[in-house]
Formats: sequence, C-alpha cells, structure tokens
Amino acid sequence: MISSLVLTTGLVLMLIGLWGALTHRNILRIIISLSLIGTGTHILIVAIGFVRGGTAPIIDRALTIAEAPVRAVDPVPSALAVTAIVIGLAVTAVLLAYAIRLYDAKKTLSIDTFTESKW
Amino acid sequence: MQRILSAGAIVLFALVLATIAIGYSEQLTLRPLAESYLRLVPQDLGAPNVVTGILLTFRAFDTLGEVAVLFMVAAGVGLVLSGKDAAQTSGQDIDARTPASEIVRNATQILVPLISIFAAYIIMNGHISAGGGFQGGAVIASAVLLLLLANPSRALNTAFLSVTESLAGVLFVLVGIGGLIFAGGFLNNRVLPVGQFGAFFSAGAIPVLSVLLGIKVGCELSVILDRFRS
Repeated sequence: MISSLVLTTGLVLMLIGLWGALTHRNILRIIISLSLIGTGTHILIVAIGFVRGGTAPIIDRALTIAEAPVRAVDPVPSALAVTAIVIGLAVTAVLLAYAIRLYDAKKTLSIDTFTESKW
Repeated sequence: MQRILSAGAIVLFALVLATIAIGYSEQLTLRPLAESYLRLVPQDLGAPNVVTGILLTFRAFDTLGEVAVLFMVAAGVGLVLSGKDAAQTSGQDIDARTPASEIVRNATQILVPLISIFAAYIIMNGHISAGGGFQGGAVIASAVLLLLLANPSRALNTAFLSVTESLAGVLFVLVGIGGLIFAGGFLNNRVLPVGQFGAFFSAGAIPVLSVLLGIKVGCELSVILDRFRS
C-alpha cells in the first residue's frame, strides 16, 4: 500500500517535470523541470525495492543477521538510487554551466532567442 | 499549436506511466539477488549496512566509474566556463560584490565546524549505520558553499583541492589493486582484517574506501562550486 503511494508520487513528479520542460520558455525553469523528472525517477526506483513488512537493510538491534534475508527491503534499488542521484547532480551541473554560457551570449535566458540551429 | 502538441505528449506519457502504476503490486518476498546480498554482506564482508557493502565492494567498480564521472564534470564545467573572465572586464564585478550580512557571517563561523564534524561522522559510520562517502562528501561541499556565501570573494585553494582529490583517487585504485594481489579480486575488502562485526574498525577495506570516497567527492563538489562562482 505505502509503496504504491510512493510509486504514484514518483510518477506524478515525472509528469510534472515533463510538463514544465515542454511548456516553459526560461532555460532555468527547464533545468528545474529536468531535475524534477530525475527526482521522480529516484522515488520510483526506491519504491520498487520495497518488500511488504520490510525494514531498512542495516543490521542493528531492530534487525538481526538471521532475520535479514526475510525482513529487510531490497538493498539493490537503494544502491542504484545513490548512483542515480550522483549522476543527476553531474547532469544538472553541466546544464547550469551551459545556461551561464548561453546567458553570456544573448544576455537573456529565454529559449526563444536561441534560434540559430533550429531547422 | 505547440501547446496542444505538448499536452498530447503529456497525456500519452501519463497513459504509459499509469499502466506502470496500475500493474504494480507490492513484493511479498525478496528477489534471489537481494536475498543473497542480504546474506553475504554481513557474513562475508562483515558490514552491518548492506547498501554500503554493495556500493563499496560488490559494485565498487561502478562506484569508481561514478567518481570518474564527477571528475569529468568538474573538468567539463571548468572547460565550458573558462575564457569567460577574459571576455568580460574581470575583477571589477568581483570587487563590487556586497558582502553578506552579519547574521550570515556569524552563523557561518558557528556552523562550518559543526557541519564538518557531522560530515566526518557520516563518512566514518558508513559501514555501521546509514551514511557513506557520497553523502558525507556532499555535506562537506555544503560547508564550503556556506563559506562562499558568507564571503563571496574568498579565494578557494583550487590547486590544493585538485591534488587532494587526485591523491584520494589514486589511493582508492591502489586499495583496489591490493585486493587483486592480497585478496579475492579488484576492490575486495579483505585486504584488511574484517574484525568484530559492528565495531568501528571492522569490515576490512570498506571504511578506508568510504573515507577516500568522501574526501574525493567533497573536493570535487567544492571545485565545481568554485567554478560556478566566477
């Protein structure tokens, strides 16, 4: 139940990001929308790894070694989400650097002014 | 026209994503891969945090690639933003920057040591509880960001950061090669003794790799922040 809620949240975030990227004309808003799509994907990945009745895959007082293979959630999507977050950060950094260069060229951030390479 | 097109695209995507949401049902038991990771990480690696065990031993090669991506981004951002100062009248706008308010400056003096200690805690406890190198490195970068916000014209020693970062990367690879020679394979954690389960010095090479990763990520993110400042 809870994981379907989280999964739906992630999917809705992806849709909101897509809508923002398609409708907004300001480059910074497009970058924010793209990172929203990324965040939605991370939530989706984490939600897929949930197992009913599972707890965090860290062994301590709440989870003994013997119980770990039965009572913990899937650790693989969590590890992949860490990877995805780092790559998402890298992509955002490159996008922002390009945005700075584009602003230097035209002194505006509206994507409508950049028409040179449009077909 | 364009509005209709984008609305249509969003509706189509919503349909695709809705099928995912409708067809999803919660897992009742673990998949075989997850089950074997949950058994192997505490037993063979001696690390209570299974996610860190996967990231720094089973999938450590992937982590190495990720750090390489971060390094390339730091270099790429520098490449894209270089030559900007030459085009503009540099120096003038940097001096004209108004300093941060007194609240920000005083809060920085109190918070930066606390944030640094917290980052060290997160990095060093990555194998025992929630945490790890990437997370702690990001916290270090947030301390650097606070320093830059408080004093925008502060000079960051980029050369020192680059050397530290490269050294951490070289040591990371050396630990990996050590695993190839003294243990089961590249980046195997049994280079160092596994020790007592749950102790601070345990889980073999995982804490060492975690510290190296934290230093490397912190330096790389700080260099990226410094590049964006100019």
